[in-house]
Amino acid sequence: MAAAAAPWNHVWVGTDTGILKGVNLQRKQAANFTASGQPRREEAVSALCWGADGETQILVGCADGTVKHFSTEEGRFQGQRQCPGGEGTFRGLAQVDGTLITCVDSGILRVWPDQDKEASSDPLLELRVGPGVCRMRQDPARPHIVATGGKENALKVWDLQGSEEPLFRAKNVRNDWLDLRVPIWDQDIQFLPESQKLVTCTGYHQVRVYDPASPQRRPVLEATYGEYPLTAMTLTPEGNSVIVGNTHGQLAEIDLRQGRLLGCLKGLAGSVRGLQCHPSKPLLASCGLDRILRIHRIRNPRGLEHKDEPQEPQEPSKVPSEDTETDELWASLEAAAKRKLPDWEQTQGTLQARQRKKKRPGSTSS
Amino acid sequence: MAKAGDKSGGSGKKGLKRKAATEEAQEAAVGEDGTTESGVQPPKTAAFPPGFSISEIKNKQRRHLMFTRWKQQQRKEKLAAKKKLKKEREALGDKAPPKPVPKTIDNQRVYDETIVDPNDEEVAYDEATDEFASYFNRQTSPKILITTSDRPHGRTVRLCEQLCTVIPNSHVYYRRGLALKKIIPQCISRDFTDLIVINEDRKIPNGLILSHLPSGPTAHFKMSSVRLRKEIKRRGKDPTEHIPEIILNNFTTRLGHSIGRMFASLFPHNPQFIGRQVATFHNQRDYIFFRFHRYIFKSEKKVGIQELGPRFTLKLRSLQKGTFDSKYGEYEWVHKPREMDTSRRKFHL
Repeated sequence: MAAAAAPWNHVWVGTDTGILKGVNLQRKQAANFTASGQPRREEAVSALCWGADGETQILVGCADGTVKHFSTEEGRFQGQRQCPGGEGTFRGLAQVDGTLITCVDSGILRVWPDQDKEASSDPLLELRVGPGVCRMRQDPARPHIVATGGKENALKVWDLQGSEEPLFRAKNVRNDWLDLRVPIWDQDIQFLPESQKLVTCTGYHQVRVYDPASPQRRPVLEATYGEYPLTAMTLTPEGNSVIVGNTHGQLAEIDLRQGRLLGCLKGLAGSVRGLQCHPSKPLLASCGLDRILRIHRIRNPRGLEHKDEPQEPQEPSKVPSEDTETDELWASLEAAAKRKLPDWEQTQGTLQARQRKKKRPGSTSS
Repeated sequence: MAKAGDKSGGSGKKGLKRKAATEEAQEAAVGEDGTTESGVQPPKTAAFPPGFSISEIKNKQRRHLMFTRWKQQQRKEKLAAKKKLKKEREALGDKAPPKPVPKTIDNQRVYDETIVDPNDEEVAYDEATDEFASYFNRQTSPKILITTSDRPHGRTVRLCEQLCTVIPNSHVYYRRGLALKKIIPQCISRDFTDLIVINEDRKIPNGLILSHLPSGPTAHFKMSSVRLRKEIKRRGKDPTEHIPEIILNNFTTRLGHSIGRMFASLFPHNPQFIGRQVATFHNQRDYIFFRFHRYIFKSEKKVGIQELGPRFTLKLRSLQKGTFDSKYGEYEWVHKPREMDTSRRKFHL
């Protein structure tokens, strides 16, 4: 695809065949980008994150242990580096001051120095966070703080500039009513803005809020949703709720102030692999094993906005933040685009508006 | 009023109706409220005020009468229109426009964006490297384990035995209360490639779980209309040991492709067909019909077929990535009736 199309992509999705897709929602087109020109299963994308300098670079973590740099402006892969060590796929990628933080499944968290394409240097820092890591997430407000969690691996918050011990280590909840130990399986972690709190969603369909600032190491709030493992989570723009997705394709919005279920979103048929809310607009992008990228509108009214079709088979893994940043950067061209975007949204809204659904049957057609 | 047909025959009845109509016209003019204007009704024609419908007549007998009269009139008009059309076609002869194709649910199908384009490279790559690739590359040959849910009854056991004769290289084992998650590692170590579990409810088989073994997807089907061999009329003799051909019809969408490949990987991949047996998986409107036939070519174009073997219908309920794990597994597709069955013209396979 032409390089000029790259800046206009609103959503970036990684697939199981190693292709990075940029989706342009206005033109409803997807552009494929591969590092080697051919899709390869060994390069299955397992983690995505924005690179340094705003949102012009994407770091793509692949299954074979390489992290590739992709430039959105130029629309091509610029380079890659090997990040060996540990077994398993990447569970988290982050960038801090030019250094790269990677965490793999077996629990080895490494900080790699500046991009030296020639020297495959040793990691600056290596931490063992425990086996079975499912997610490593960086705090967007304090980039040197990361949190890790996984299967039988409790939530830990690490300070990369500090000591080898975690800043905060979560404690498991009390034994349940049969006096059995409650198993731990943190599938996704998010940092709440403007506080030190973290939210996790677990494979045992729980959503928990932890507060490192309080003396309590146990979760401050716990809510459950559904009967299936929750696989992905994202914060809503207002910051009071999270949207979680489970392996059956059910999406739910849960309010964190009370632990209540606010409503559900319909449409997905497969396990949710990636969720991302727009930073300011009430839009949610979701992708999953059913190979379709969907954009939902979260409120007024709740419903499906747009479906991107899978002429390309995608088993997408993650959707990084997208949208307005891209729009606002290209201010000179934005006048036309911004005018179009709200109109398009409204027409889509009238065509596909649905009733607010609170686990009640809606009479709709997608 | 004696409505019992003092006058003779059908015309009498119509005469009666016409008389009734005039009476009703006047009655309607008097009796209707709101929707009608009372006008002078001419005695011959039944000119009802606008906005009047037959369903508003309160008297059931009269309402029925009016309705049957209306229906007969509609039928007459329809017949007349058909005759006219036919005459026109004959008159035009060869120049007549082609007959319009009647609408069926199948040809009104909502365009599904997931229908696979045969030239699509991404799909081709995806299929070339998925879990069935080793079968399609002839690296593995299928070995199937057929079992049932616990404590099966006669029908299910017989279905398993018959399936065993239909699918080559398959083995039936009793379930004996074992957990599937424990059976699966044992199967893998004994080189089985697929596991079929027939679920039974109230003495009839009603579900099928098909799991591709090393790490492959697990499909869960609802099974209905099971007919064992002896219940099939005009069937041929029992199937022989020859490897059957497979026909997969109508698996067009991406999901359909995956399921089609799953079925194909049950049978040995051998293009040199010996034996004239064929197993058909025909997908229509999301129902998969399984039939097993023996065919013989009587001439270049004429084939005779005999149905052997069991027959059943399947409907996909879910496709799960990975081997059987219904609680913690990740689903590639789940059938959600309230969301997916809202349109009668939308199908997923």
